[in-house]
Amino acid sequence: MDRLERHIYLDHSATTPVDPRVVAAMAPYWSEIFGNSESSHAMGQAAASALEQARQTVADVLGCRPAEIVFTGSGTEADNLALRGLAWAARQSGRGNHLVTTSIEHHAVGHTVDQLRDLFGFQVTRVPVDEYGRVDPDDVAAAIRPDTIVVSVMYANNEVGTVQPVAEIGQICRERGVAFHTDAIQAAGRLPVAPDGLNADLLALSAHKFYGPKGVGLLYVRRGTPLLSTITGGAHERGRRPGTVNVAGIVGLGTALCLAEEERATETARLRRLRDRLIEGVLERIPGSRLTGHPAQRLAHHASFAFQRVEGESVVLNLDLAGIAASSGAACAEGEPEPSFVLVALGLTPEWSVGSLRLSLGHANDEADVARILEVLPGVVRRLRARG
Amino acid sequence: MKRMANGERADRDWRSEIEEGQGGGRVVVALSGGVDSAVAAALLVEQGYQVVGVMLRLWAEPGRGDEARANRCCLPEAVDRARRVADGLDIPFYLINAETPFKAQVVDYLVVEYAAGRTPNPCVPCNRTIRFGLLLERALALGAESLVTGHYARVQKVEDHYLLLRGCDLHKDQSYFLHALTQEQLAHVLFPLGELTKQEVRAIARRRGLPVAEQPESQDICFLADGDYRHFLAHQAPHLFRPGPIRDTAGRVLGQHRGLPAYTVGQRKGLRVAAAEPLYVLAIEPAENALIVGPAQELSQVECLVAEMHYIGGATPMVPFQATAQIRYRARATEVTVTPLPGQAAHVRFLSPQRGLTPGQFLVLYDGEVVLGGGVICKAQRPML
Repeated sequence: MDRLERHIYLDHSATTPVDPRVVAAMAPYWSEIFGNSESSHAMGQAAASALEQARQTVADVLGCRPAEIVFTGSGTEADNLALRGLAWAARQSGRGNHLVTTSIEHHAVGHTVDQLRDLFGFQVTRVPVDEYGRVDPDDVAAAIRPDTIVVSVMYANNEVGTVQPVAEIGQICRERGVAFHTDAIQAAGRLPVAPDGLNADLLALSAHKFYGPKGVGLLYVRRGTPLLSTITGGAHERGRRPGTVNVAGIVGLGTALCLAEEERATETARLRRLRDRLIEGVLERIPGSRLTGHPAQRLAHHASFAFQRVEGESVVLNLDLAGIAASSGAACAEGEPEPSFVLVALGLTPEWSVGSLRLSLGHANDEADVARILEVLPGVVRRLRARG
Repeated sequence: MKRMANGERADRDWRSEIEEGQGGGRVVVALSGGVDSAVAAALLVEQGYQVVGVMLRLWAEPGRGDEARANRCCLPEAVDRARRVADGLDIPFYLINAETPFKAQVVDYLVVEYAAGRTPNPCVPCNRTIRFGLLLERALALGAESLVTGHYARVQKVEDHYLLLRGCDLHKDQSYFLHALTQEQLAHVLFPLGELTKQEVRAIARRRGLPVAEQPESQDICFLADGDYRHFLAHQAPHLFRPGPIRDTAGRVLGQHRGLPAYTVGQRKGLRVAAAEPLYVLAIEPAENALIVGPAQELSQVECLVAEMHYIGGATPMVPFQATAQIRYRARATEVTVTPLPGQAAHVRFLSPQRGLTPGQFLVLYDGEVVLGGGVICKAQRPML
């Protein structure tokens, strides 16, 4: 696709390219060390040892025990396993029937609790957010009931970049004896993700958000947390996630997480400077524009905007034709004509909420890219508005 | 990636042109996953346009078991085919979601019309509000000068206004469905297949190795799961199917019908009424939930009223005029005298009696090959007995 050659990629919240160092680390595990980690022969043991090495690497980064890591096929699967696994375990033991979450979770959480409510009769409370997308920990505390099984609050929002006070919420959950799950999928490589620091009992990550491969994620499960497997099969991942293990992907995840953590401080400082210039430039050059999400408590690489009287999807397609990859809202919701439910939850009126644009920076971006988008975007918005 | 000979624009510097807002010959092609839109796109690429492929995601009736039809658009397979076409031509491809407006403007219209005892044609409002409404808007917002579709029809510019003409292939001519377009819409559309026959289009597709060259025709209303609107209504609007009386024009009850949406004016089959001579549906009376039937001669009419008249030229004629009229898609055009009436209505008198006048269908007026406009056929005013 030669149309991609000159593309400027500003959609790192949707996905990232795999780091060449990660590709190199994964290379031996396709055709050379290809064994099934459950096999007892030498080839299987070699795979098992790579798997356990990756688990140790991840545990070191997260500051947890290797046995607390469950590798999954995606971040979505990790969120599903956390919520459904806890809910089913509660149903099995007859203890608890209530889940607490927020109004701006990713569908991986939102649709899962909806299904638990509609098909299994669990009760769900969704805590609201303020105009910046922040959850008030007091609201979470007030939502917890004696029969609450889990509180699930995302660490950082994918659409508006707002970072939640998860450690504080986790502390409340701990005091009340309720499991705390956080979807940290947008946060890895950008914020500290050690579960102990966040008071999290469960935490979901996805490798492709931090320069690892697609199709692999993980769920941290604090020892002693009751969790039923939702896939049934063999003994892989201690029976919590049966299915032949994606050794190459998991090696990639481990390497990528390690690199992301090593480079986090310098890379986030660099991206924050670029992002601030980007935000400043957009708000200055485009009348009728505003930042969505929290101005300070936001992901370092993440800039999200709303433009008055402009349709976000048209902005994105025009940028694409101009060689700039961006997104309107979440990548998974692309093509939905209705205003994003996240922006509605933040209280944006329709005049603003259909005109959303997310620009998320990454490794390859530099000042020239920021200059380029600042050159192109004002003209696109102006032309779309001129068309009425 | 293989590229079309004339699409070889080495530097692709049109990107900077858009940024300056100059357009530079950009067009949006509405791809459907079928052969016609694919050939339209290929022809425009060869002519040196900067082509952008767009497909609309429309509302579709949820599939019922194995009944889903292979040639329906908007199915994931159709989207895949459209994307393969775009990849083969090396043009951008975007899917635009129009489910909600399509449901409101087209699907709900179908239900409302059947509920009112009329026989609708959903392609006409779809072309007016979705394809050449929402999609044209999106195309212009992308900096395109025109929206290109695979319709068999022609547009000609005469001085400062636009004529809509029949497609040269009279077997495929789709001008009937486009009669509700406005001057503003016609100014921004291109129909590259208008001068071609279907065979020529297939031949072009084969010669260029387009992946959809042998794609079967799609015929029916695109959003139906199995092609049968009666099944659709039975699932989506079951309240419309209430059995009621079948009466003759004298008011005698001859039998019982299965629910009015199952019938169309002019229908003979499926009445299940024993009579000396063949009986036809003459009228559908939702207010009384009654079906009125009678012999063939009572079906004939020499005049009708047409509502919501739209004239492509823009202005409503001031005096009666001669034209030919098509009272449904694929009907033979027949000579008429049209008398414009206040309130966007018209009185149409036919030179020869017509049997197929169906309330809800569109009557489209032509002057030779030129589409003059059209409107909705109203219920016949029958003398009450």
